[in-house]
Amino acid sequence: MQERNISASNFEQCQKCSICETVCPVMANNPAYGGPKKSGPDGERYRLKNGIFFDDSLKYCLNCKRCEVACPSGVKIADLIQRARIDYGTHSPKLRDMMLASTDQMGPLAGAFAPIVNYSLSLKPVKGLLDATLGIDKRRTMPKYSSETFVHWFKKNAAAGQDDFKKHISYFHGCYANYNYPALGKDFVAVMNAFGYGVHLMDERCCGVAKIANGMIPAATRDAKINLEAFRKSLSKGREIVTVSTTCTMTLIEEYPELLKVDNSDVKEHISLVEQFLYKAIASGEVKPVWKKDWKAKAAYHCPCHQERLGLGIFTTELLKMIPGMELTELESNCCGIAGTYGFKKENFKVSQMIGRPLFDSIAAAAPEFVACECETCKWQIEMSTGVPVKNPVSIIADALDLEKTSELNCG
Amino acid sequence: MPLNNDFDVIIIGGGITGAGTARDCAMRGLKVLLVERHDIATGATGRNHGLLHSGARYAVKDSESAEECIRENKILRSIAAACVEDTGGLFITLPEDEDAGFGLDYQKKFIEACIKAGIEARAISPAEARAMEPSVNPSLIGAVVVPDGSVDPFRLCAANVTDAAMHGAKILSYTEFLDFIREGDTILGVRVLDTRTGQKAEYRAPVTVNAAGIWGHGIAEKAGVHIGMYPAKGALLVFGHRVNNVVINRCRKSADGDILVPGDSVTVIGTTSTKVPFEECDNMEVTPDEVRLLLREGCALCPALADTRILRAYAGVRPLVADDSDPTGRSISRGIVCLDHETRDGVKGFVSITGGKLMTYRLMAELATDAVCRKLAVHKRCQTAETPLPGSADGRIETVSKHFEGIATLGQKGAAGRQGDLAGKIRFDSEEDKQLVCECEQVTLGEIKYAVAELGVHSLSDLRRRTRVGMGTCQGTLCIRKAAKALAIALGDPSLEGKLAADYLDERWKGMRPVGWGDTLREMEFMQRVYKYEKPYSYDEV
Repeated sequence: MQERNISASNFEQCQKCSICETVCPVMANNPAYGGPKKSGPDGERYRLKNGIFFDDSLKYCLNCKRCEVACPSGVKIADLIQRARIDYGTHSPKLRDMMLASTDQMGPLAGAFAPIVNYSLSLKPVKGLLDATLGIDKRRTMPKYSSETFVHWFKKNAAAGQDDFKKHISYFHGCYANYNYPALGKDFVAVMNAFGYGVHLMDERCCGVAKIANGMIPAATRDAKINLEAFRKSLSKGREIVTVSTTCTMTLIEEYPELLKVDNSDVKEHISLVEQFLYKAIASGEVKPVWKKDWKAKAAYHCPCHQERLGLGIFTTELLKMIPGMELTELESNCCGIAGTYGFKKENFKVSQMIGRPLFDSIAAAAPEFVACECETCKWQIEMSTGVPVKNPVSIIADALDLEKTSELNCG
Repeated sequence: MPLNNDFDVIIIGGGITGAGTARDCAMRGLKVLLVERHDIATGATGRNHGLLHSGARYAVKDSESAEECIRENKILRSIAAACVEDTGGLFITLPEDEDAGFGLDYQKKFIEACIKAGIEARAISPAEARAMEPSVNPSLIGAVVVPDGSVDPFRLCAANVTDAAMHGAKILSYTEFLDFIREGDTILGVRVLDTRTGQKAEYRAPVTVNAAGIWGHGIAEKAGVHIGMYPAKGALLVFGHRVNNVVINRCRKSADGDILVPGDSVTVIGTTSTKVPFEECDNMEVTPDEVRLLLREGCALCPALADTRILRAYAGVRPLVADDSDPTGRSISRGIVCLDHETRDGVKGFVSITGGKLMTYRLMAELATDAVCRKLAVHKRCQTAETPLPGSADGRIETVSKHFEGIATLGQKGAAGRQGDLAGKIRFDSEEDKQLVCECEQVTLGEIKYAVAELGVHSLSDLRRRTRVGMGTCQGTLCIRKAAKALAIALGDPSLEGKLAADYLDERWKGMRPVGWGDTLREMEFMQRVYKYEKPYSYDEV
């Protein structure tokens, strides 16, 4: 009698099987959090009745989206929770939240004084001050800022030759590669160039994930619209969009329509994570890699939660397994606990570390030289908590490839 | 058989009419006995929209009913704040109504009739209507705002019963009327059966009130009087969540499936109207045709219903009464029928109160109580229109929630929404008491313990009517063992747990079956897997 009974808000399909509760990393560690079912579909029914049923504990959701991956009924549980925080949350973002969330504003500011900022942020008294005044946990290692941004480097050193390539892509570098870790962007350019792709930058803004998580919706929506315009311009020139950050990618593809209500249906099929892009290109014979003969490494792969949500982890592992000297352990799927800005907040530090414990233990057991992982915030958390270095798969590829020979083979 | 002759009045029927009459009689100082064969609110009282009519629906055709409705509407808002919600209502005109002769000309006539009946009604533009209720059919060509609302009939009935008891009334649920004790042309009392123990008993009072809805027909026959009643079945569908927050009606001649009411955590569409035989009144099944019709008409009001999960279907029976003034018995009165059988039929000590509707229960109770008082020569004024019902001194969740220590949990806010200011009586002594038993409807163990102790609960269905336990999207799949255990312990016999749960699931299943497709079918499969006593297959076989 009904052709389909899936409503727009889509929580109807919840059968109350409670599988989501078994995979929620927060629920297991923070009794103050009601869990995905209660905060998501159950809570939503009552919020629709009366906004008074909005519960402040929804802030403990770290939006890892493991509940959505586990849900056999396809309920977008984490989106329901984030959307409820947007629609019913009454607290305006604190100064701390705005600072943590405005990666694109803090980046240039910190980058200008990078040596001082990095040094200061590592000092105990400064950390104590941040802890006491802003609520940024003092036990947390702060991400380092780079004195030269990736964009600045690219314009000076790489931009000139890009038009000479036969194939072209647009690179969405994200805030992290730009302000904190330009080496990642440089590796990306080296790899793409070696495979014969010209790399182009767009007029990009922060993807907005941190702003969404901290309730700065108008700012995130404004940035989303600018990004989508840039993507459309790029696609009109025949350039696909390639990204390096898992969470940026998820935000661009999933969160724009679901949480910001910004339509991206015309471009989302053209956004790929670099590992996905490269795997497909190599597997189809479009490009051919030449690996260094004597390269060897023992690595463990940690699949970030959002990578799992996107279903893209398989591309990374298959790509890494193509490297002849690679000994890869695939770690059991676990959340590292940091979830972007979540773990930086004083009130979440302990839970964040408790959530990450099973992952840290599995890394210790695998005893790798380094952990391979696409996500920058997972990297901070794992490095801080285990002492094992974390490398982005693009950087691993850049290291393992014989760039010169690959370039000769693909650019001829 | 024990002989009891302590009562001034015996009321048969624990629906809203009987409950309201018990309250009114008790408040006027009478010694009251109410007998109900099941639980309270199990008949038509609990099987309707839960619409707090503004009266607009009747304005054009029946101005007397419309005036009654708006008067009672205002009274209920002030005396039953915890049971009603001021959602507001819309009467919408659709393009196809124009062709059927119910276009904007009719709308004008409708508004005039409303205003004449004392109902505030004003036309708004389609754009304003869409802004007021985003789920409304966007192709509407006109809309009228009226003071409709929603009312929870379970809570309203329970509040009346509670207040009657607080004024000294004796309430016997699960007590079935068998026969009258009669001497010549005088009714002296009733013989009843306790359906749980099998014990029979006699109760005597100078006046007996027949307030048994459609079953009042058979009860009157036993007193040797005839009331020409017509059972009219009305079917309804419950949707999984609140799709609309404003009542949506069609601005046309009343028809099937043209009222959509947001009630508590769900939305209800109804109703149909079909004459059924008396034998069917005890076991109403909703047919596929009824479901189809309701869905079709519902989608005309609110297109989102086409893909919203339907939780269950149910039906009630309206007690329609043939007009006494028409000897052919063909014309039906939609209004209140209060019959003094002494003047009408020569049977002394017997009054029937029937017809009417949920909205006018208080007025019906007042009329019935006036009749009782006349017979007993009691001169007390009716006070039910001014005195708030228990729990309704303040109906706002915000203020009621302040009764709890610390920040109210979702379960405590849920209780505040259901029990009104009586929620302050719920004990949350331990963490366990704060734990949710029913997660869909935010019902805590504390609230369940309170309901069992204070609100006359004997089965999980009774508990559902007091607390909404098991009424949500999983229809009891996840909570019912927990609730059954709590109830069995509270009833003093832990071994009852299995039977309580099984009875409840059977009842849930009945309502899910007519809408058993899509996600509701999945839920039914899931429920079966969880509760089937035999394993579906043994692991060795696989």
